[in-house]
Amino acid sequence: MKDSLILLARVPAHPDSRCWFLAWNPTGTLLASCGGDRSIRIWGKEGDGWVCKSVLAEGHQRTVRKVAWSPCGNYLASASFDATTCIWKKNQDDFECVTTLEGHENEVKSVAWAPSGSLLATCSRDKSVWVWEVDEEDEYECVSVLNSHTQDVKHVIWHPSQELLASASYDDTVKLYREEEDDWVCYATLEGHESTVWSLSFDPSGQRLASCSDDRTVRIWRQYLPGNEQGVVCNGSDPTWKCICTLSGFHSRTVYDVSWCHLTGALATACGDDAIRVFEEDPSSDPQQPSFSLTAHLPQAHSQDVNCVAWNPKEPGLLASCSDDGEMAFWKYQRPEGL
Amino acid sequence: MVGAGSGAGLGGLLENANPLIYQRSGERPVTAGEEDDQVPDSIDDREIFDLIRSINDPEHPLTLEELNVVEQVRVKVNDRESTVAVEFTPTIPHCSMATLIGLSIKVKLIRSLPERFKMDVHITPGTHASEHAVNKQLADKERVAAALENSHLLEVVNQCLSARS
Repeated sequence: MKDSLILLARVPAHPDSRCWFLAWNPTGTLLASCGGDRSIRIWGKEGDGWVCKSVLAEGHQRTVRKVAWSPCGNYLASASFDATTCIWKKNQDDFECVTTLEGHENEVKSVAWAPSGSLLATCSRDKSVWVWEVDEEDEYECVSVLNSHTQDVKHVIWHPSQELLASASYDDTVKLYREEEDDWVCYATLEGHESTVWSLSFDPSGQRLASCSDDRTVRIWRQYLPGNEQGVVCNGSDPTWKCICTLSGFHSRTVYDVSWCHLTGALATACGDDAIRVFEEDPSSDPQQPSFSLTAHLPQAHSQDVNCVAWNPKEPGLLASCSDDGEMAFWKYQRPEGL
Repeated sequence: MVGAGSGAGLGGLLENANPLIYQRSGERPVTAGEEDDQVPDSIDDREIFDLIRSINDPEHPLTLEELNVVEQVRVKVNDRESTVAVEFTPTIPHCSMATLIGLSIKVKLIRSLPERFKMDVHITPGTHASEHAVNKQLADKERVAAALENSHLLEVVNQCLSARS
């Protein structure tokens, strides 16, 4: 197991600061990082190394918590503790801030683009999730403010192919939203975690969702549509989400991020115990009650908390991670033999 | 975290006007082993206690040690595993300063200890009405980071951490 994650490169991405988050562009050629130094950096591969192509330092007054690429790869959105979200347009190697989205009362914690590229979601410590509509002239309009959570909202992600939104919160729950008659509604609340839910990741099909928490577990939730063969009860036409697996006993501190590789199905986690772990579903296990095995465990992947893990969308097994130590690292994951 | 307007109750009514005052412990005796530069000194409970005992209470002109908010027996260090756990005891169960006191302890540890350390700051079990909520806030590094970018709050924390003249 010890050889299944091999270090390829280590880069001081945000020196003397925290590196909070990483995001690959859709073609997997560029990686955006953001941190406590209020900057965003764009990285590209040259030879065997990763070089900084751009520094976006002028957009935010405080920590940049998360970044997200648009599905077309021409825009980058950044969420900041300064209560704003910036939209950056890519021109060759340069990025220009074309819009600043205001409205949240305090720290914006996360931002995500819907697969169509025409919707954007943001969330904040102000407990709300906002859905924004984008038109062809790069104008953004808030179409819904969702106040379903009772606390700080930590993360938002979209379903990989449908216009379904998921959010994770300090109130220990995950919520799912869909559009209904020109507005957005919360149609499911996933309860089970015993503390803050920090991050979420859909599997390639979007039928399963992984969540990770301060309770040191990862949970796998599965969607059951009305009339499902398993007899899981649904409310009207809405699907029900049920926890089908809990990964407990593996992490010794808060799990800050989870990433489900859409090429290989491997699940990576970033943990406050400085470790990166990879899990794979046992091929012989029941899909309704799957079991997952730990296939890689790197105890000192970074010298401080690991905040983010991100699988490259095009190159199977290429994993990027970043940490409170300000560094990011690139890893090659190889599935151990015999699995 | 702590709201910008809820800084130390300066000028207002004291929540606990007559706190019990405890005697300060003496200075740590320096042993021969510690004076020997060839012997590596591990970080121990007393060293952590020495870092936090002089923190000023946000409300009274007294230190956390003098109010018995921090005690050496409630400091647990494991140098080999790089962990520090501190429990603190608010003087009254409804003390609105509990989060601020915990944050001050946390900031003092962050600024003083090597970065390899994992620090957990908790309220002594059973001593505060909002124990769970305060512990959860203090454990959330994102909220701590955001709070420390709030210049007003940072100033209040720095006052708690400044040496009394």
